[in-house]
Amino acid sequence: MSETEQKPTVPAQASAPAAENLPAGREPLLEVDHVTLRFGGVVALNDVDFTLYKGEILGLIGPNGAGKTTCFNAMTGIYQPTEGEIRFRGQRITGKKRHQITQMGMARTFQNIRLFPEMTALENVQVGADAHHKTSVVSALFRLPRHWREERDGIEKAERLLDFVGIRHRMHETARNLSYGEQRRLEIARALATDPVLLCLDEPAAGFNPAEKEDLLQLIRQIRDQGVTVLLIEHDMRLVMGVTDRLVVLEFGKKIAEGLPAEVREDHRVIAAYLGVPDDAA
Amino acid sequence: MDFDGLFSNFGELTTTGLTQGAIYALVALGYTLVYGVLRLINFAHSEVFIAGAFAALWTWNGFGLDQNSQVAGIGSILFYLLVAMLVAAIASAGTATVIERVAYRPLRKRNAPPLAFLITAIGASIVISEAFGIWTRRLPQGAPSLVSTKPLFSIFGVPIDAVQLLTIGAALVMMIALDLFINRSRVGRGIRAVAQDANTAALMGVNKDRIILMVFIAGGAMAGVAGLLYDVRIGTLTYSVGFLLGLKAFTAAVLGGIGNLRGALVGGLLLGVVENYASGLFGSQWKDAAAFAVLVVLLMFRPTGLLGESLGRARA
Amino acid sequence: MTSVVDKVRDGRQAVGARWRGAPRWVRWVTLAAVIAFFYALPNPGFYQYLGPIPTTGSNFTQVLFTVSIYVLLAVGLNIVVGFAGLLDLGYFGFFAVGAYTVAVLTSPTSDLKTLWPWLLAVPVAIGLTMVSGVMLGTPTLRLRGDYLAIVTLGFAEMIRIAAVSSEFLKGQRGFNQIPHPPGQYADGRPFFGVLDARPYYWLVLTLIILVVLGVRNLTNSRVGRAWVSIREDEDAAQLMGVPTFKFKLWAFAAGAAIAGLAGALFAGKQNFVNSQNFELLNSIIILAAVIFGGSGNIFGAIVGGGLVAYMIERFRGIELLGIELYEYRFLFFGGVLVLMMIFRPEGLIPNRRRAAEFKDRRKEVTVGE
Repeated sequence: MSETEQKPTVPAQASAPAAENLPAGREPLLEVDHVTLRFGGVVALNDVDFTLYKGEILGLIGPNGAGKTTCFNAMTGIYQPTEGEIRFRGQRITGKKRHQITQMGMARTFQNIRLFPEMTALENVQVGADAHHKTSVVSALFRLPRHWREERDGIEKAERLLDFVGIRHRMHETARNLSYGEQRRLEIARALATDPVLLCLDEPAAGFNPAEKEDLLQLIRQIRDQGVTVLLIEHDMRLVMGVTDRLVVLEFGKKIAEGLPAEVREDHRVIAAYLGVPDDAA
Repeated sequence: MDFDGLFSNFGELTTTGLTQGAIYALVALGYTLVYGVLRLINFAHSEVFIAGAFAALWTWNGFGLDQNSQVAGIGSILFYLLVAMLVAAIASAGTATVIERVAYRPLRKRNAPPLAFLITAIGASIVISEAFGIWTRRLPQGAPSLVSTKPLFSIFGVPIDAVQLLTIGAALVMMIALDLFINRSRVGRGIRAVAQDANTAALMGVNKDRIILMVFIAGGAMAGVAGLLYDVRIGTLTYSVGFLLGLKAFTAAVLGGIGNLRGALVGGLLLGVVENYASGLFGSQWKDAAAFAVLVVLLMFRPTGLLGESLGRARA
Repeated sequence: MTSVVDKVRDGRQAVGARWRGAPRWVRWVTLAAVIAFFYALPNPGFYQYLGPIPTTGSNFTQVLFTVSIYVLLAVGLNIVVGFAGLLDLGYFGFFAVGAYTVAVLTSPTSDLKTLWPWLLAVPVAIGLTMVSGVMLGTPTLRLRGDYLAIVTLGFAEMIRIAAVSSEFLKGQRGFNQIPHPPGQYADGRPFFGVLDARPYYWLVLTLIILVVLGVRNLTNSRVGRAWVSIREDEDAAQLMGVPTFKFKLWAFAAGAAIAGLAGALFAGKQNFVNSQNFELLNSIIILAAVIFGGSGNIFGAIVGGGLVAYMIERFRGIELLGIELYEYRFLFFGGVLVLMMIFRPEGLIPNRRRAAEFKDRRKEVTVGE
């Protein structure tokens, strides 16, 4: 995958066990640099600052309404930060078109599933694979060699990814007719088809039972082991503890903690945010 | 280009433009209200206007007045105007209600895609306009000349007649009434609530269907009055004029910022004046083209209109 | 009542399933037979056996030509509305651009006096229509979809006003003596003459087949996937790396080019073009045809375009209870649009998947309430 684009000086860390993945000396992949985002008078993000390093699984957590999805949307170019900037692979994201950001290697899934409901599972993934294809009207109209080459490439990749997420047997079913869990998996396959360096998952386990969650964690680890950096948004603390290398905790649009899962779990501000401080609960 | 034509008739072009613009503004309010609440371009609103215009005309016919009738006495003129205005407002509001019930509500209940709404709206508008066309044998219908077009007085050498006074005056009164209704009344508060956030408003106990109905009725009544003013001003009515007028009124609504009531007024008056200047400059056959040129240019540079889209949220 | 509807629906689905399940050669033979039927249709020796199908109020061969033009237009508009989900209400404006381009370049009554042959003017007409599509699309395709609808409507109206008012486009007087397409029989008679409409119909029919093949190539490729993804969820499409603006513009341009071709064919057949040929309601008829046939489905667009245009002509000259039915044609189509959207939004021959979508939405809502 995109591993080939890495500089040779960076040590291969794809197969390193999760616990040893510490950020020190790593190459930053995504830098959220003192970002503030205001909507009218509402401050949705307040001076949020953290860095995502290549090869890690970072969890972005916080109670509902803490600004996780807003942060996510700013990172994928949907919102422009009012102050500060976001750099991906060293380049500023601000002002880039959304499809360009995707082509740079950032892919995402959605909290409320947003597949192309009338397309088959296969076609959905093909759309993702098309992100790096060049076929346009002329080559498609006259069925030039590029069309056939890219079509074959897209289908092969799509089948492989559907197999990887475990819904290959459903590939000719329309997305709308898939079960909830299958749809979530299809979203991941579609995002992976864009050959991401960074995969952002927005509450991928929402609505899952414990067994399904466990399967999902397994899948996320496998994705990371293939060299894809993962950003995981989640408000279920237990899920995050099991899979992430580091955590960033948001509350009311502010970063209140950052560190290893074990440290963050002991942080009194995080505990307060999750359990509710007395005056908050009253 | 005929700059002489523009400058020598500048005053008349302005007053004619303001009069025409007042009618656009009244119709534009209907687009803006519905858009503000439903995020829907009520394509059939042009035929709501036509329904009012025909209702006014047929009311006068009912009193035995035809295009050759002359009415004397300010009292009886006012009587005929007010009765026709009432009938026109009711007819238009009724038409708008029927459109909302038959064409929109079933789709809303089914959560249909936005494209489907536009298509039913087009269908409904064709049905209404064709029904009037068949009924009138596609012939222009004459209105009695109730209001004199003789100049009453002049401002800076520009003659002003009673039709112009009536049109602009009636339009302003209606708009002030609507503004008060939206900003002061209980129903108006509900309308604003739904426009801002339909789901929260529903949670707060606002009956969304009722609010939507009220919006169609209010917008319809405005269009009905506009229909009457159109009859008085132009003197004849053809079944197909709604289309072009509707399109211009929509342009006016976008010009002022769709969803913004005061924007509709500003946009309507501005559009009326601009298209009259354009007709002075390029010849009257290009008047209509000027309106669309304004629309396209506006959408290129300022798609949220001059005053912004205030009734609802910002542009999606 | 519902059971009948269900039976009809099941029956149709069975036909569709059988068609897809049939061996390749059966499908090819059926398709060839259908195409042969339509090539044979304008011959009086053939259609006299078809009972009430030939029109009574007008020359059937002429009607077939008109119908074929509408089918071509429906196939083109289907790209824009059906696949990319962009509501273009001024599609007939592009048809007018195509027809006028040919007229201006070829007619001796044109101010340009270029007197080009028809065949040379056709690619220019298609190109110019595409350019006008791009010019109209560039400012508007970035905006919300419903603005596009109004702007395209305004565009068609502007074209009409220009045709009526501009000295250059000759208004009602129009352009005369537009040359016919080239070609002659062995004895020197022109193949495309004045009286016999059959050759024009065959030409359009052939072009329809070519255009359909081209559109199929587009829709079964990255381009078609991009269009459908934009229709389904434009934001998600962008975030999956689809350059949405570029592909919307392409859909617009491709649709416009097909309308330009249709306009050029029309001009070459009529050899007269004036401002009365381009009433706005024609755009609505084509839209009705696409929706009626089942948008997002090429076969549906063909059937829709054919049926709608044919019905209009079939009504011509028929009186029922003292009423001239032709007079009611637009009323009828307006009603069809409303009823279709309420009761059968997926169209006559739905895109197999789209039907499922419409059904599901209904279910969700009933559960939700």
